[in-house]
Amino acid sequence: MLRLSPNSDRLPPPPPAAAELERGSSLGRDAWRRLRRNRLAVTAAVFLSVLLLACALLPGLLGLSYSAQDLNLRYAAPGPGHWFGTDRLGRDVLARLLFGCRISLAVGLAATVVSLTIGVTWGAVAGYVGGKLDTVMMRIVDIVYALPFTVFVILLMVFSDAFAKSHNLGPTWNILMLFVAIGAVEWLTMARIVRGQVLTLKRMEFVEAARVLALGHGRIIFRHLLPNLLGPVIVYTTLTIPGVMLLEAFLSFLGLGVKAPMSSLGTLIYDGQLEMESHAWLLLCPGAVFSLTLLALNFLGDGLRDALDVRASAD
Amino acid sequence: MFRFILRRLLETIPVMLVIVTAAFFMIRFLPGGPFLSEKSLPPEVQRNLEAHYGLDQPLGRQYLSYLGDLSPKRLMPHRLFADTDGDGHFDFDLKAAFGIDFGPSLRYANRSVNEVIAGALPYSLELGGWALLVALVVGVPLGVLAAVGRNTWLDYIGSGVSLLGLCVPTFVLGPLLVLGGAIYLQQFNASGWEEPRDRVLPAVALGLAYAAYVARLTRGGMLDMLSQDFIRTARAKGASELRIVLRHALRGGLLPLVAFLGPAAAGILTGSFVIERIFQIPGLGRQFVNSAFTRDYTMVVGTVVLYAGAVVIFNLAVDIVQVWLNPRLRFDS
Repeated sequence: MLRLSPNSDRLPPPPPAAAELERGSSLGRDAWRRLRRNRLAVTAAVFLSVLLLACALLPGLLGLSYSAQDLNLRYAAPGPGHWFGTDRLGRDVLARLLFGCRISLAVGLAATVVSLTIGVTWGAVAGYVGGKLDTVMMRIVDIVYALPFTVFVILLMVFSDAFAKSHNLGPTWNILMLFVAIGAVEWLTMARIVRGQVLTLKRMEFVEAARVLALGHGRIIFRHLLPNLLGPVIVYTTLTIPGVMLLEAFLSFLGLGVKAPMSSLGTLIYDGQLEMESHAWLLLCPGAVFSLTLLALNFLGDGLRDALDVRASAD
Repeated sequence: MFRFILRRLLETIPVMLVIVTAAFFMIRFLPGGPFLSEKSLPPEVQRNLEAHYGLDQPLGRQYLSYLGDLSPKRLMPHRLFADTDGDGHFDFDLKAAFGIDFGPSLRYANRSVNEVIAGALPYSLELGGWALLVALVVGVPLGVLAAVGRNTWLDYIGSGVSLLGLCVPTFVLGPLLVLGGAIYLQQFNASGWEEPRDRVLPAVALGLAYAAYVARLTRGGMLDMLSQDFIRTARAKGASELRIVLRHALRGGLLPLVAFLGPAAAGILTGSFVIERIFQIPGLGRQFVNSAFTRDYTMVVGTVVLYAGAVVIFNLAVDIVQVWLNPRLRFDS
């Protein structure tokens, strides 16, 4: 951990022998080795990779369409031809699931990136500058933390909905707003974690060395401090994705997220529970996929935390 | 202690102000208005309506007068739960208790927001109460058993339930419970809120996710306590295992749980949006989502303020209880 960050423009390159030595026990390699020994985490990673690949490739390979209707084949039970059955309009449930997963995962990843950017920058600046600015910035985090933010996300989504209608914006706008609305409320914990880490890191020798080299503050934060934060940030990011996907599904369930004809796992679950009485698979298929995805993401996050030896709490 | 409470009370004022302001202006900048949706009104009627509700005033003045109506003017909490109209149910009368007036509803003619809230809130409160009860009654014993029987089958049952709560969200669990309890077993009604047994499914659906957290926190807290010196002393004294767990370890072991109750109450309040929709319960969550769609300005801002107020007060109460339970926190900050 305690190494001088390379500054090619100011320092002569380190002798190759030292670089070899350093590679021998790099943090990343150790973590990778530990992660591979954790069976649950590996299973979760394999499941997620398969899911991602299936979402990306299967619709193209099998020629599936999420909107193609076959009115002669409404409510077909799962079987050959339609593995997961068909819905009220004779649309293939597997195809809708795969496209829904695409949207849910995309929202999960993109909103996490938004929250990651805000949270890391906020926390790093607050921790690095310290003093009054730190107090003010963290008070803001405390205040926002105390808000019933689901209520505000709902307001934000209603807002964007009305805006889209009056300006004739397509369904893509809604998904973009989902990124923003969810990202805007999910950055708080990340900011706290990053600030705590920066507070300890900034007193270390390598930061002092960077300061002696007369590097700018921005460069110290982004080149020297942030790379050392990767562990906690990666772990917390993995644990944020399921939270974000939950929020997206929650909003879509209330009719505020992804709009028809597009589907996300949340809208599929909502549609499914309307007709579960006679056609249970319409609820069970998306519900199972959603739960398994959340489970896998949580296992992977826990595994990464153990592997990277991060002491941050899970909640 | 008194200064701590006073400081925390003062801190809530700017928080509430920010919330009121944000909610007020956000809903006002929405395109469309409360009188637009269904049929288009003649412009004169619309103008009259707007004048009647004061919507023709400059926005700044509307905001200030709204703040005036909203600020508490008296402190008579006992009248909050008084039964003014004598129908046997308590009336949630914010106006009589604190002088808080959310104004008239723009969509329900001749009804004030206070009345609409008073009509819907008891359902949500009851649902939330039952859900919290489920969370505690399921979660605490599971957590205690998991800690006592660490790494035995008891522990594995505990982690199994935790996983279930973690990865089966309420909006999947709710329909699944309806499927199992109402459609296959025919023991419960699929929706509604009339009979006592109608409470079971919604409360379980909402509470189980929190039971998982409660179990995890209790297990952690209990493990922490069971390794302390005073437990060894109690064992040396010859106290029975039951007494050690219930009398000595449980009190300290439940501490982490208290901190969680604040966020849990907030989550249960907002989590009920989905449950109220699935089970067709006429509570405040459904009312809120509907009024946001129909642009009932006063109703939306009123409910947001109410939710925020409830969350802020709950967090405050939790903080106070925590300091009371754990004197070490008093010298913090």
